[in-house]
Amino acid sequence: MSGYQYYPGCSLKGTGKPYEESLLAVAEALDIRLDELPDWNCCGATAYMAVDELQATTLATRNLAIAAADGRDLIAPCNACWLVLSKTAGHLADDPGLCSVVCGALQATCTIPNGDGPAPLSYDASVPIRHPLDVLVNDVGVETVAAAVTEPLEGLTVAPYYGCQIVRPLAPFDDQYDPVTMDRLLEAAGCDVLGDYPFKTRCCGASQMMTMPDVGVDLVAMLLEDAIARGADVIAVACPLCQFNLEAYQSKAFKRLGKKGRIPILYFTQLLGLAMGLSHRALGLQRSFVDVKPVLAGRSSDA
Amino acid sequence: MREPNGTPRIGVYVCHCGTNIASTVDVAAVRDAAESLPGVVLSRDYKYMCSDPGQELIKHDIAEFGLERVVVASCSPCLHEETFRGAVGEGGINPYFFQMVNIREHDSWVHRDIAAATAKANDLIRAAVRRVRFHEPLEPRRVPIDPRVMVVGGGIAGIHAALTLANAGKQVYLVEREPSIGGHMAMFDKTFPTLDCAACILTPKMTQVRAHPNIQIMTMSEVEEVSGFVGDYRVRVKHHPRFVIEDACVGCLECIDACVFRNGKTPDEFNLGLSKRKPIYIPFPQAVPQVVVIDPEACIEFRAGCRKKTCVEVCAERNAIDFQQEVTYDEVTVGAIILATGFQAFEASRLPQYGYGRLDAVYTALEVERLVNASGPTEGSIVLRDGSTPTSIGIIHCIGSRDKNTNEYCSRVCCMYSLKLAHLLKEKTDAEIYEFYIDMRTPGKGFEEFYNRVEEEGVHFIRGKVADVYPEAGNTGRVVLQAEDTLAGMVRKIPVDMVVLATGLEPQPDAEDVRRTFNITCGSGGFFTERHPKLAPVSTFTDGVFLAGACQGPKDIPDTVAQAGAAAAEALALIDAGHIELEPNTAFVVEERCSGCRTCVGMCPFSAISIVDGKAVINEVLCKGCGTCVAACPSGAIRQNLFEDEEIFEEILGVLTHV
Repeated sequence: MSGYQYYPGCSLKGTGKPYEESLLAVAEALDIRLDELPDWNCCGATAYMAVDELQATTLATRNLAIAAADGRDLIAPCNACWLVLSKTAGHLADDPGLCSVVCGALQATCTIPNGDGPAPLSYDASVPIRHPLDVLVNDVGVETVAAAVTEPLEGLTVAPYYGCQIVRPLAPFDDQYDPVTMDRLLEAAGCDVLGDYPFKTRCCGASQMMTMPDVGVDLVAMLLEDAIARGADVIAVACPLCQFNLEAYQSKAFKRLGKKGRIPILYFTQLLGLAMGLSHRALGLQRSFVDVKPVLAGRSSDA
Repeated sequence: MREPNGTPRIGVYVCHCGTNIASTVDVAAVRDAAESLPGVVLSRDYKYMCSDPGQELIKHDIAEFGLERVVVASCSPCLHEETFRGAVGEGGINPYFFQMVNIREHDSWVHRDIAAATAKANDLIRAAVRRVRFHEPLEPRRVPIDPRVMVVGGGIAGIHAALTLANAGKQVYLVEREPSIGGHMAMFDKTFPTLDCAACILTPKMTQVRAHPNIQIMTMSEVEEVSGFVGDYRVRVKHHPRFVIEDACVGCLECIDACVFRNGKTPDEFNLGLSKRKPIYIPFPQAVPQVVVIDPEACIEFRAGCRKKTCVEVCAERNAIDFQQEVTYDEVTVGAIILATGFQAFEASRLPQYGYGRLDAVYTALEVERLVNASGPTEGSIVLRDGSTPTSIGIIHCIGSRDKNTNEYCSRVCCMYSLKLAHLLKEKTDAEIYEFYIDMRTPGKGFEEFYNRVEEEGVHFIRGKVADVYPEAGNTGRVVLQAEDTLAGMVRKIPVDMVVLATGLEPQPDAEDVRRTFNITCGSGGFFTERHPKLAPVSTFTDGVFLAGACQGPKDIPDTVAQAGAAAAEALALIDAGHIELEPNTAFVVEERCSGCRTCVGMCPFSAISIVDGKAVINEVLCKGCGTCVAACPSGAIRQNLFEDEEIFEEILGVLTHV
């Protein structure tokens, strides 16, 4: 059974719906099979890890254990999910004591469907946890993606924004300070990529937006202002929380800057889909808060 | 087991060490307990055994009571074993008829319970009393010393050490791997805090080295191998070809003009690549020796064979150019070695967030030293890579220092050289200068005053570590420094034309090889380790090998010169004694039991064992008495003075027998 297991996480079923829609559409266009992980649960995100490490680890491990039964690589598109699952797999591998406590708890309380009925959930080692950027560049290949492009996004200037969680503290598939996987994919899609966008790995404010909105809005304002100053039409993202913060808090951020402005915040998968000729609806573009029509006007897939 | 040497008369002395021991150990009770041990004819306690009256007590008792063995229970043998051996010897018996018991570091300082600490002191003394009965008379070994010295590294440390030794009449080999001596100091413009011109104070010393009849300079040379031991080191030196005969070249430099390369194409090492040099060049105008060098990577003669050989033509009279030169070797014998191999500047591109190598506006401090230098690539004017003159400059401290991701230690010199560069850049450009620091560290003579002076000159000081350096939006050519100003409690973003990275000091990239060649040790940061951080700061654990300058740790020029002087003095003290006395606690082979299995040979950390005619032979000058071979020998053929089986077993039994 080729292809990948797919862990959507809570966001891709909620505010990050367009990420799921566009990812699945692009995967289909590239003939990549994605099978959603059965009976997955919340990864615990950063919040639970801060409250109770052991319980948070157990929560994330349940997903890893279900994935381990299948054995194929697990794609986690949300940066936070990707990091939590990757960290958890690392902690379990490094700390046999922790691993036996967590696995014992899972075995005692969780089951997994089996030929003869439910069997206790067991875990001995993690499958590789993969981010779509990693898979598209390193497994599929930039050339294959480029070959699928039918309507290159010529003239569209894009600021590639990676967020912090896929480069800190782990950076297994890209440069920690100057990641380029998204740049390369967007170049393959025909975009003008702002290679010198200096804030590509800066914080978007994340959950600070709830607890200290002043700080969060400042961070978003900085990211938006610099991208626009460098001539970006669109900011491309790879994380549902980055996308939400940059898009939903735009009016507050521009007010803070004392400027007027709007800039679409699109998932890199939406831009790849556009370049592959997929429809706006298939890519969830109609869900954007910021109207994408002005920057995408005149392109043939504009449905 | 052997019978003891009859039943020697033993004296035991229990030291109070003021209250260091007496407050935790009941010394009177210990004294009384010792008195009842077999063989003990006298037991005393005294306030300070190491004092003159304490030592006199031992001497007096040896004469008065006919003591044949002495046990002193006091502090660590590292402190006073020599003292008491001396007293015992002066008292008239062999100094090795003595055993020391540590009831301070091993007992009173690490325990609180008086009864238990007292019992422990009793156990340790009982062990020593049983052991000392078996001690044999020993004599320290004397070996003569070769009066010549090798100094490795021709920077300011090596230069100063070599001159000091040479002025004292010693023959010195000064080994330098670059084509010229001078080291990092030759690259600097001014020195802090006095703003002396570095070249003005260094080049006279370089010339003195050149002219000194007692110094032989070996440039383009490296130490390949060291064998032998203190007083008699055999050093194999590798000479790389210069392709110019040193004795024939007079430094007229006409060959450089005559070279078929009209302009240089190779990055100039001395200017850190900020300018280009030709294949035939002199590293810098004041180079010592004043001799050109040919770079075989760049010279077309080595690639294709050049028909014209214009350099050879122009040098026809002296005929100094020799394309046939090859690597040669020399073997020299010296009594002592001073290592002054210096440091390397931290490689700034290891911290990509500061943009070095990616952003044209970013320079390292050493590059700026060359830029401000009148003999540098821009003849001292501050011209950036894009041809402009900066109007605003940011200096970032602690690049590769005080950072757990790179080096945890403080490099000691960066705060001060940053202040110096701020002053010089301000003077030359009148730019706005921003110094981003974590803490200002100015603990030297005149340093704080210099800091105040630079502050008064209008340099801005911002307490905060720069997070990153990025190009300003809008193709302005400027870069933005972002930092949290921890005094103002706000984030600052300051656009500047030029960034100076105050890179820290690191060990030379091949410090580990050098460490192995000279059989010394490195600390956690990779710098060479001194024998004692306070009391033996220029010695190493290898006798006769001394340290000077930044190879031992980051330090400024005054400290480097002071240390080089100290290393030279230590070497002189060693040499002028004419011979050295070595501890007799060495291992020796009982020949008839040795099967020649070679187990010991590989075990010896000091390479002191060889096999001669099928039997192990231990060089007692090299042997440090570690005992590894004694324990490893499968046939029990190796014994060790002061660590004979009986001595050790009696000691163990003494500890374990509670009476």
